Amino acid sequence: MPELSPPDSSTTLAEARRVMNLCNVCSYCTGYCAVFHASERRPDLTRDDLHYLANLCHNCRACWYACQYAPPHEFAINVPATLARVRHDSYRRYAWPRAFAALLARSGPATLMVSLVATLLIPLLTLILVPWDTLFAVHREAGAFYAVIPWGVMTTVALITLGTSVLALGIGVARFWRDIGRGAPPASSWWRALPRAAADLLTLRNLDGGGGGCNDVDGRFTQWRRGFHHALFYGFLLCLASTTVAAGYHHFLALEAPYPFFSLPVLLGTAGGVGMMAGTAGLVWVKRRGDPAPTAAETLPADYALLGLLFAVAATGLVLLALRETAAMGLLLALHLGTVLGFFLLVPYSKFVHGAYRGAALLRRAMEQHHGPGTGITAKE
Amino acid sequence: MNDVLVIGGGIAAFCAALAARRAGASVQLVDSAPRHLLGGNARHSRNLRLVHDAPSPLFPGRYTVEEFLTDLRRVSGGHMDEDLARLMAERSRELPDWLQAQGVRFQPTGDGMLPWSCKTAFFLGGGRAMINALARTAEDLGVEILHDTKVLDVRLRAGDHHHLPACREGSSLTLSARTVVICSGGYQANPEALSRTWGIDAAAFLVRGSPHVRGEILLSLLAQGAAPAGVPGACHLVAVNAMAPAADGGIVTRVDGMPWGLVVDRDGRRFQDEGAEITPRRYSFWGRRVARLPGARAHLILDATGLRRAPPSIYPTHRADTLEALARTLALNPAILRDTVDRYHAALRPDGPEDGHTEGLEPPKTRRALPLTTPPFHAWTMAPGITFTCHGLKVDARARIMTVDGRPCDGLHAAGMIMAPTVLGTGYVAGAALTVGAVFGRIAGEEAARRVLTLRPEGEKCLN
Repeated sequence: MPELSPPDSSTTLAEARRVMNLCNVCSYCTGYCAVFHASERRPDLTRDDLHYLANLCHNCRACWYACQYAPPHEFAINVPATLARVRHDSYRRYAWPRAFAALLARSGPATLMVSLVATLLIPLLTLILVPWDTLFAVHREAGAFYAVIPWGVMTTVALITLGTSVLALGIGVARFWRDIGRGAPPASSWWRALPRAAADLLTLRNLDGGGGGCNDVDGRFTQWRRGFHHALFYGFLLCLASTTVAAGYHHFLALEAPYPFFSLPVLLGTAGGVGMMAGTAGLVWVKRRGDPAPTAAETLPADYALLGLLFAVAATGLVLLALRETAAMGLLLALHLGTVLGFFLLVPYSKFVHGAYRGAALLRRAMEQHHGPGTGITAKE
Repeated sequence: MNDVLVIGGGIAAFCAALAARRAGASVQLVDSAPRHLLGGNARHSRNLRLVHDAPSPLFPGRYTVEEFLTDLRRVSGGHMDEDLARLMAERSRELPDWLQAQGVRFQPTGDGMLPWSCKTAFFLGGGRAMINALARTAEDLGVEILHDTKVLDVRLRAGDHHHLPACREGSSLTLSARTVVICSGGYQANPEALSRTWGIDAAAFLVRGSPHVRGEILLSLLAQGAAPAGVPGACHLVAVNAMAPAADGGIVTRVDGMPWGLVVDRDGRRFQDEGAEITPRRYSFWGRRVARLPGARAHLILDATGLRRAPPSIYPTHRADTLEALARTLALNPAILRDTVDRYHAALRPDGPEDGHTEGLEPPKTRRALPLTTPPFHAWTMAPGITFTCHGLKVDARARIMTVDGRPCDGLHAAGMIMAPTVLGTGYVAGAALTVGAVFGRIAGEEAARRVLTLRPEGEKCLN
């Protein structure tokens, strides 16, 4: 298979190998997160090893401020920025189909473009295809949304796009999983490691910097990033729960949306939407204020683009809720569904993939830990 | 005028500054290094030797005052001051709580990621993280910190008004304070001073820590009649890779894996049993050996098998397909290196509990005597890396500098490596230097503050 990665990927990996080899010899940072101990157990630091370590790194930046070899030291060690570049590289490498890897190479503009097109496409089609006296009428009855955009169209488009996207991401993660297990240290079975990996993922234990939080902005330790990420992540899960409950109402109780303000789907969705907005805005704020030194600046547009898209999904959803009994409902619904469509399309081709690869890396790490702590520790004088 | 002037930027300096500030004194701390090198040698440190009576999250087991003193006595070459060593051991017990109250975090041993040690506690993230925490707390409490500021000299005299000439960014200034705490370390980054003992080879030493620890104040105070401790020119040395930076290489430049190969001098001849030392003391063992060689350089020669077994290094090896070619890249005489290896091979007795040994070879190789036959052949060149000097000022239990006639200088305190030879003599055990710095830094800060506050009018209260 031809290499689709751009020519600089070997330079990125060579630098990561140099950096992590020095970390393996030093080993002062093993208390901060899982990366350093995992690295000591993979002294060869192959491309697969580095992709694994990069996705294990949560970018908390504690090691940057602790590093006795950070620039201007001539060793110029910058673990967070180096691993961010490798992470970026790994998203591209595991994109499926390979032709779409280009979307991840310039992920910021690509995410922005696809989101904008999808977001504008649905309102445009609605304006063309839906009679205006329906579109701009005030709908209060059960099934009001489907009067504007038929239920069948909505669910068919959603299922096809989301299904394809989940499949594409699944193939990428499966290949990543195969590669990071190749030539790896001994590990327990995945199901024994699952509780630990799930706990690491759900609590973002590795964003705790060994107990004091992250260096989100500067040398001070805070829990801002972890907190905002939790708001976004759990907000997102609440929105998923809202959609699932609504589907249950629709199919099993024959209750059609829109649901009352104090119904379960609306309460879940509202809480989730507020969480997502707070989380995305907070993360953008943290990133913009953050010390640029431990940051790989070229990876930031991808972060901002995805955060912007998720903010738009949540914001349009909440505005739709607020104005659903007005004549604006039809277009707002189309706008909201446009952002959702953009998100569905971008699941495997945006920064969103980080969650899947990180989950896989954490599971691998938990498997290796379950097998017992490694022997990679050398006695220090 | 500040109450307390602290000279230095390592653990002793910050412990002194924080102790004095918390006692209510106004404190200025001046460090000769730029901001990014703040921390002195403590930047490269990792663990702290502490007495503890019971297991805790920081360490398993227990470590008593008597055990600490026994360990120190064993290494100190008879130069240890019993009373001060006991004081340090006793007060080391309080350090975890006190340092954590200053924002320092330790790595718990329970995470399974640390070398097993019941004698030392590890800073989470190492010494630079520890210094960052102390500096941040000091700034938050209102300690004024001047970087890149070099105090040129200190007069050895008691008194309540010290005016010290200093230099900052090329311009001179005078720093004034009621008491002075000197925490400016030894003179390991001062090859001129070292050459008085080591001769021309002092120039071949690589400095493992800060290049700013030149010891001018220490040497001046000794010349003015301060009581000395330790031995002139005595120092802690470690074998480091000769490619390491001239200063600030820290922990990762150490050379390890000697038992897996042969070590030869600049003539290509062996001079030491490579299998003799495999404990953590091996680094300093080889540092001392290499420093005494002509030219202060040696080469670790490995074949492909030996390299695989040796611990990883940040440096690439010199590499060649034959021993003769390797000798040429190292500027060794190929015939002599070949002769050295042939004689080693002739003496090999591959069986035995320690992976083989030699018989009838001088010096012998008592462990891991494996043949060097699998190409390619590799070499790392070793140099002595100097960590700190073991020659400093004698202080009393209040960290006051003593004069040769046995009197303490009121208002002039010292803490850290500048006075550590009073306690450590010419020896070293892991983590003890930081303990000296932290304990005597605190004592010096408290004593300095106590002294100035008794001079101060009533009514001003302590800061807590």
